[in-house]
Amino acid sequence: MTTATTAPLNPVDSTPASAAVKPDRSKLLGGLAQAVVGLYGLWTFGFGSRTAHGVSTVFGLKIDPTVHGGLSPISAPAQSLAVALTVIAIACGLVRAFVPITAKLQRWLALGYFAAFVLAFMVWAAAGTSVGLNVPVILQQTAIAAVPLVLGSLSALICERSGVINIAVEGQLLFGAFAAALTASTTHSLWAGLVAGCLGGALMGALLAVFANRYLIEQVVLGVVLNLLASGITGFLYDRLMSVNPSDNVSMSFSNISIPGLSSIPVIGKAMFDNNIIFYAAYLLVPIVWFLLFRTRWGLRTRSIGEHPTAADTVGIKVIGLRYRNIIAAGLISGLGGVFLTIGSNSPFTKDMSNGAGYIAIAALIVGRWSPYGALGGAVFFGFAQELGVVLSSMGTPIPSAFLSMAPYLATIFVVAALGGLVRPPAASGKPYSKR
Amino acid sequence: MTAPTPNTQQSEQVDPAAAADRSLATVVRNVFTAQNSLLVTALAVVLSLVVGAVLIVLSNTATMNMAGYFFSAPTDFLSSAWNDISSAYSALFDGAIFNPAYINGTPSQFFGPITNTLEYATPLIFGGLGISVAFRAGMFNIGGQGQTIIGAICASYVGFAWTGLPGLTHMLVAILAGGIGGMAFGGIVGWLKAKRGAHEVIVTIMLNYVASFLLGGWLLDTSLFHDPKNPGQLISKPAEADAILPHLFGDSLNTDIGLLLAIAATVGVAWFFKRSKLGFEVRAVGLTPSAARTAGINVHRVQIASMLISGALMGMIGVTQTLGLSNPNNNSIAPSIDAGLGFTAITVALLGRTKPWGVVWAALLFGALQSGGALMQTEAQVSNEIITVVQAMIVIFVAAPQLVREIFRLRAAKAVPTTANTPVAAAAGTTANGGQA
Repeated sequence: MTTATTAPLNPVDSTPASAAVKPDRSKLLGGLAQAVVGLYGLWTFGFGSRTAHGVSTVFGLKIDPTVHGGLSPISAPAQSLAVALTVIAIACGLVRAFVPITAKLQRWLALGYFAAFVLAFMVWAAAGTSVGLNVPVILQQTAIAAVPLVLGSLSALICERSGVINIAVEGQLLFGAFAAALTASTTHSLWAGLVAGCLGGALMGALLAVFANRYLIEQVVLGVVLNLLASGITGFLYDRLMSVNPSDNVSMSFSNISIPGLSSIPVIGKAMFDNNIIFYAAYLLVPIVWFLLFRTRWGLRTRSIGEHPTAADTVGIKVIGLRYRNIIAAGLISGLGGVFLTIGSNSPFTKDMSNGAGYIAIAALIVGRWSPYGALGGAVFFGFAQELGVVLSSMGTPIPSAFLSMAPYLATIFVVAALGGLVRPPAASGKPYSKR
Repeated sequence: MTAPTPNTQQSEQVDPAAAADRSLATVVRNVFTAQNSLLVTALAVVLSLVVGAVLIVLSNTATMNMAGYFFSAPTDFLSSAWNDISSAYSALFDGAIFNPAYINGTPSQFFGPITNTLEYATPLIFGGLGISVAFRAGMFNIGGQGQTIIGAICASYVGFAWTGLPGLTHMLVAILAGGIGGMAFGGIVGWLKAKRGAHEVIVTIMLNYVASFLLGGWLLDTSLFHDPKNPGQLISKPAEADAILPHLFGDSLNTDIGLLLAIAATVGVAWFFKRSKLGFEVRAVGLTPSAARTAGINVHRVQIASMLISGALMGMIGVTQTLGLSNPNNNSIAPSIDAGLGFTAITVALLGRTKPWGVVWAALLFGALQSGGALMQTEAQVSNEIITVVQAMIVIFVAAPQLVREIFRLRAAKAVPTTANTPVAAAAGTTANGGQA
């Protein structure tokens, strides 16, 4: 994480030539910085007073600890566990600094470093508390918190791959959430709510498509304005309809479907395979979108209009038409994310309830380098960070919880700064296409 | 995204070209063309108010029930709908500009609405200028929220903690602190963009969260900031009286000297773009970074500088929000101190076409809408969220002049065969128009 501040500055713009020179020194310095941060972790988490005196960290292995049967909690000595984990982290940093390894291996090392360090931190934070760390709950809540982010970033991914920046994910989520809550409450049908929510997102997507493709409005700005529009419309209608007539906005939810077999796996079974249909749809969409983008004709065409629309046009691809279709389809997906916010998680609509999830979804996409699995990783990372704040706030750590809540956003800045010129959006992303 | 502002020049070029043909008919005809930005703006406002009216009627369930028997008694529906709309919009007008009921009222009744409008417009002027400076350099400052919050934190801290400063100095230092706070926070973005290639949109969005967690999650809970007189509330100590911005038009009217600062900032930014070397470089970088680099302009330095200026202007929103009369909490800060102004500022900048004085007019319009919206909510029971809708619609319509032209069937400006108005330039103008907006 500290690579950004310690790595050498690159005076030239991120041209390929300079990018080729850069990794070596940043590898050494970045690795060393990681090791130093790891050492600091060893000092505070391993030998700090919180883990001292033989206290232990409890790991719960059942979602509901009051239920009889199943696995009983494991209690591990906090100090030795924290020391072991931070030593792993330091080792990862040192390997990165001094051992010549491939770029792919480096990424895994970074992941290992991050995981070990965060785990050590969690062991330290939970040391000596009676609550401890309930592993399945953390997994489940992380996965649930990530659902709207996954859907939002897939939506932004499809748009950006087609050459249109979709900052309006936030508005699509919000509008989808509103439409789903209103329709489901008035028709008493969850499925009608689901359809309406998706269509609501698609409607916002259609607005984006029309104004970006036909009226050529600068897309980042358009996205921000559409978000304001969605916030205004939903807030206005909430005041006029829902707050006057609460039966238009009741909390309902799809029931959980427990997948036979998989849901009886210990620890992860209940957490991952006993959720509602939107949850499964979100995670299934990741490989589906990957397959569609990289293995089908539609995907090839979509990527080509995102990289070089003129060339695509030359070989007979209808650039504008395909962009329209893709943006509206992407709106359906982020609308589904909105559906999850209300009738997917048993909560009524509230004003601005998406609460920045759309923006975070875009961050997830960029951290994930514009690929479906990367976006999934980014979304899960932000979902985890959100859940971490919740878990740790009950533990009375000396760190104010605001800084924990801040951490993922700071981390994103570091990642974006460290990757810098290495991440490259689709070449034509954000550039309107016209034949003239 | 790279060249956001080329059209301002181009759309101006149309006018002198058209003016070559000075016959009265052409002049009149050209007033009603989509190239006339004033006309387009006016029509955009009208269209947006129409959209708002439709929403007001659609969301009134009683009126919509009358629509159910529209064909048997159409007047029921029409008069009810007219009532909805007229009561809402007359309240909007009364709250924004002037209430005819108070034609013989006291000065505070007479000038109350318009001074409220000025007070609402003040932070929007700062914000619109801030967005414009970054925008002209080819960057999007979505981080107004964060920079506002940091500016507010700094201004507030100086306001309540540095009590030793004598009278006017205290206020000036507090204002400066707010500006510098926002400047630093904006500068981070520019630095990361220039030196590390980090995309400013993502960095600013992330920094918004960082700032709001810093304020709402931590600072307001610390003994340094938290007001012990309000236990259990997330609110800071109130600023000292001599740090507060004084009234501009006397104590009964709601405008403070923040407005003067905003006008001064406008003059400053106008000078900056027109006359200063850095301003020229900013415009050059915004138009074509590669050409600017070739011409020997240090693009990175310009990016950092423009984000610093942009951040400082955003920090001034924090100053007026904290030390101004618009602060509802006795000049202390609460987590919602930014009030979404960082995002509204983007729409103001666009409506003002990123020109300093254009921004002032746009801010006045939006300030009027907000001031009137408050009265509309209390008098006509129409949620003032509709103002957000109207503002967003105005910006969309203004940014898509072609749409306005299609709706009102306006012609393109009469083509006059001069060098400035060849078909190629005109085409470039329209695309750039979209690109800018």
